[in-house]
Amino acid sequence: MTRHMIHKPERPRVAPNLTDYARERAEFSWSKARERLAGLPGGGLNISYEAVDRHVAEGRGGRIALRCVRRDGSVDTVTYAELALESNRFAHAMRTLGVGRGDRVFTLLGRCPELFTAVLGTLKSGSVLCPLFSAFGPDPVAQRMTLGNARVLVTTAALYRRKVAPVRERLPELEHVLIVGEPSDPLPGTQSFDALLARASEEFAPVHTEPEDMALLHFTSGTTDVPKGAVHVHEAVVAHHVTAAYALDLHPDDVYWCTADPGWVTGMSYGIIAPLTHGVTLVVDEGDYDARRWYRILSQERVTVWYTAPTAIRMLMRSTPREGPYDLPRSFDLSALRFIASVGEPLNPEAVVWGEEVLGLPVHDNWWQTETGCIMIANFAASPVKPGSMGRPLPGVEAAVLARGADGRAIRGPVRVLEEPDQEGELALRPGWPSMFRGYLHAKERYAGSFADGWYLTGDVVRRDAEGYFWFVGRADDVIKSAGHLISPFEVESALLEHPLVAEAGVIGRPDETAGAIVKAYVSVRPEAVPDDRLRRELIAFARQRLGPAVAPREIAFDQHLPHTRSGKVMRRLLRARELGLPEGDLSTLETPSEETS
Amino acid sequence: MNAMTRTTAYEIVQDAIREIVPDADFSAVGPDDKYREALEIDSLDFESLVELLAERTGLRIDEDDYPRLTTLGDAADFLAERQS
Repeated sequence: MTRHMIHKPERPRVAPNLTDYARERAEFSWSKARERLAGLPGGGLNISYEAVDRHVAEGRGGRIALRCVRRDGSVDTVTYAELALESNRFAHAMRTLGVGRGDRVFTLLGRCPELFTAVLGTLKSGSVLCPLFSAFGPDPVAQRMTLGNARVLVTTAALYRRKVAPVRERLPELEHVLIVGEPSDPLPGTQSFDALLARASEEFAPVHTEPEDMALLHFTSGTTDVPKGAVHVHEAVVAHHVTAAYALDLHPDDVYWCTADPGWVTGMSYGIIAPLTHGVTLVVDEGDYDARRWYRILSQERVTVWYTAPTAIRMLMRSTPREGPYDLPRSFDLSALRFIASVGEPLNPEAVVWGEEVLGLPVHDNWWQTETGCIMIANFAASPVKPGSMGRPLPGVEAAVLARGADGRAIRGPVRVLEEPDQEGELALRPGWPSMFRGYLHAKERYAGSFADGWYLTGDVVRRDAEGYFWFVGRADDVIKSAGHLISPFEVESALLEHPLVAEAGVIGRPDETAGAIVKAYVSVRPEAVPDDRLRRELIAFARQRLGPAVAPREIAFDQHLPHTRSGKVMRRLLRARELGLPEGDLSTLETPSEETS
Repeated sequence: MNAMTRTTAYEIVQDAIREIVPDADFSAVGPDDKYREALEIDSLDFESLVELLAERTGLRIDEDDYPRLTTLGDAADFLAERQS
């Protein structure tokens, strides 16, 4: 732990939204927060109306909503008025297809203008939007679409060919596939996004949705079972809006860039919804990470607020170490930039300080997860930053540290809140904020199992210091946090077990300087197999084909003696201890005496 | 070290990519194609690829050189040129 603290200038360029933390927390209420939104004309609440139509109705339609940077560096702009009309067309098209209230529309897209059209149009039509990560392979794609009852999919020809066509027959509920862009060859069973929208009317009044109507479905990874579909409702927009003001310090004239992929919750809550509700201009980069490209975008687009991920910051650090020289960032004009935030996995203190020294601004880490729907704990623009800490709970958020039992999770019946500072325990939150998930789709018991005595149990182990700052310690379960994504070891193990020569697999996160952790698989092979380099490569290829690069193991080690629990499951925690080189004597403290419960 | 021919450089690039994407189909990815998209090489994969290339050639490869690694042909040209 570092004692170093970064203080803020007395007179910042822009007056922060949250200055007096204690007073704001004392006076805050979610019902007052709701008054900051417009609400649907005639009653009700719809995310899409708050994100676009409201601005048009209030005379801000000419403002630029999107600046889409194409791979080749060219830029397309979309105004709020254009976005309102395009999303009207999409909503209208859904209606002509007979897709309506509660139906699930999936996106498998990169960062392109059509993504915004589809997301906002879906919400406007009363349907439910579920984004998928385009680096998923066919297996995770098919599984999530099945669990989520996908009726519509919006994707590109390349992604469809690679990830959906091979599994299409496993998706009987999928009726409509809309292809963005011009396919080089005809794709049976699909239709053109552009052609469908060209035929649709640009007149559409948002479907009347109530605050508690389902709006978004986000899949997240569990440790021992299939992915969980976290259900969010239209009222979530209240939390998206308010937290973006507090934790990202968004002001209406900002140029804002969120680098998160739209397939994850950050890319939805803060890559699309929250910034649009503030009427800011969003930079949308279609390209991949590249240090020079990123500095160029920050500079050319005059980005003022930047929300990115620890892995990205650490990659920038590799190209420009703290010791210097700072030639690369200094060759760009970054003077517009005034606030940097980061989320995904804990941000190491060095990365915070690197921001301060190399970019002239500290990086503000914050914490939340798919289930919470919005930022819960953050370092704020007007507060000192403790490098390495995730910050303090937002106004309206009550967080606690709960004592843990032998299985690593919070003790139940009853829970025990650790009031003293600097004690490690499971981070728990008191439900009541609007973007709290309302359930796991088709999984009532798993949802109920996430709560104890009125607390939502996050699965993260933290401690809180005497000044109320929270510090991440680790996961209470086996889920892997890699490059900002949660990866289920179960999902990776299941894919490897489909290979005929694999007898057993145990998957863990191996600590990695850049990504936080990378996925590593320990594999024992069947008697007839030879565990050599050829098989190792074959398994990597096999897993990449099924799971995609983001989920597949980047390392495979053969081990014919994987450790087991008494019930016969592979003990991932013991594999982790081995990986970290912990001495044998320490293992007893890592393990529960009888069996691994996760 | 002897100067690397372009052919050798091309093979080094292909071999390094095969370490990350073992079943990379080079019959479908030509010298002028952007292999990262075609083979789904993400940012972390790409960092590993650069490290492998640096290790195997003994060359220093900086961030500024990344644009020269966009296609197989470019990457081979770059390595051969640097080595000579």
